[in-house]
Amino acid sequence: MTAPVAVSLTVNGERIDAQVLPRLNLADFLREHLGLTGTHVGCEHGVCGACTVRVDGDIVRACLLLAVQTHNASVETIEGLSDSGEVADLQAAFCNRNALQCGYCTPGMLMAAQDLLRQNAAPDRAQIREHLSGNYCRCTGYHAIIDAVEATALARRGEQP
Amino acid sequence: MKASAFSYIRPTTIDDALALLAQYGEQAKVLSGGQSLMPALNLRLSAPEWLVDIGGLSDLRTIAVSRGLLRIGALARHVDVLKSADVAEHAPLLADAMVHVAHPAIRNKGTMGGNLAHADPASEMPACMIALDAVIVVRSRAGERRLQARDFFIGIYETALAAEELLVAVEIPVANQNSVRFFHEYARRNGDYAIVGLAASATLDGGSFADLRLGFFAVGDRPLLATAARHLIGRPVTAAMLAEAQAALEAELDPQEDQQAPVAMRKHLARQLLALCVATLLGRADLEARRSA
Repeated sequence: MTAPVAVSLTVNGERIDAQVLPRLNLADFLREHLGLTGTHVGCEHGVCGACTVRVDGDIVRACLLLAVQTHNASVETIEGLSDSGEVADLQAAFCNRNALQCGYCTPGMLMAAQDLLRQNAAPDRAQIREHLSGNYCRCTGYHAIIDAVEATALARRGEQP
Repeated sequence: MKASAFSYIRPTTIDDALALLAQYGEQAKVLSGGQSLMPALNLRLSAPEWLVDIGGLSDLRTIAVSRGLLRIGALARHVDVLKSADVAEHAPLLADAMVHVAHPAIRNKGTMGGNLAHADPASEMPACMIALDAVIVVRSRAGERRLQARDFFIGIYETALAAEELLVAVEIPVANQNSVRFFHEYARRNGDYAIVGLAASATLDGGSFADLRLGFFAVGDRPLLATAARHLIGRPVTAAMLAEAQAALEAELDPQEDQQAPVAMRKHLARQLLALCVATLLGRADLEARRSA
């Protein structure tokens, strides 16, 4: 009835073959089966954004996706984006601006912020807020996060803050 | 929390999906984008024995226009609707509303069919569908049924869809050159469920409404096609007509009290939205002064 199901996918470019129970969500699969604990689990019902990952290029909530649904998909986590250097400047800007304190929301924030910057090289502050509105931060009050994303966008366009 | 155990099956054809729904009936839940179902599973508000994942039925993903109808397949994602040139041209109300549906990461997975079948009374899309006089197309092994959107939604999370039926598409008459639309919702934060919202579609005849369809949401157990609109059609709107329409609207609302707002506040906001809508669509700032009346 509820037997494990075979899945094949790539995670951060690496081919993964696994047997997973249908009820297992992608966030738990990444954390507990693959040891990729950068994807955080907060609310487990799609509200907080801490588990944001990329699937086939689009950001999604890993807690609202079953691991079995990622069969044949390409999953990218914060480990992939930081190891490749894709978000290195964004990470540095978060540090410079004190855009994190406890760090729990930070992987999800980085995923969402990078998603915005890939779609819009010159977002205004309202657009940054809108794009990050599904990611909760209980430490910073958000202003520093908006600053960091704005500064990264400016720097990537070769402009001075 | 974690979802309780279930069995999972991913049909590759619509016929296979319909056979599975016929076989499992109430024991099965259809998994589309999962953005409403997965929270319900994780919170254990729902514990089906089977999940029938229709994510592989690529025929249901299409957005297309033909013979005066915009047809949106059940698996069109919110982001697809938001970015669709056909939607922007023929049903721009949907694009206006879609930016209020949750957040980008949710819109990348959530689907039109899943949203409508979930029938949350605070959801934007059901109200848009009644405002746009859409037809909801559902299919079972016995054949296809076409339901007016206003007959489809029958209660909180409750629709006219039978357990063995699958919502396959929605069809919307395309906007004509005299069509205008209005969308606004009051929500505490970006992406939150609305406290009260209004999706409206109208046809203008000079400075009057030839037709006005008001789809209110979060004002009762289902989206409401407000009959109060009849007070505003066919002649130039006066402040007295608007006041009459607001009173009629209040009488047909049956809002719930919850942690977001008491009943009186929802009624007040619905009256305000009506005035804002009429003033905006007719370009009559004088009528907006009636908002707080």
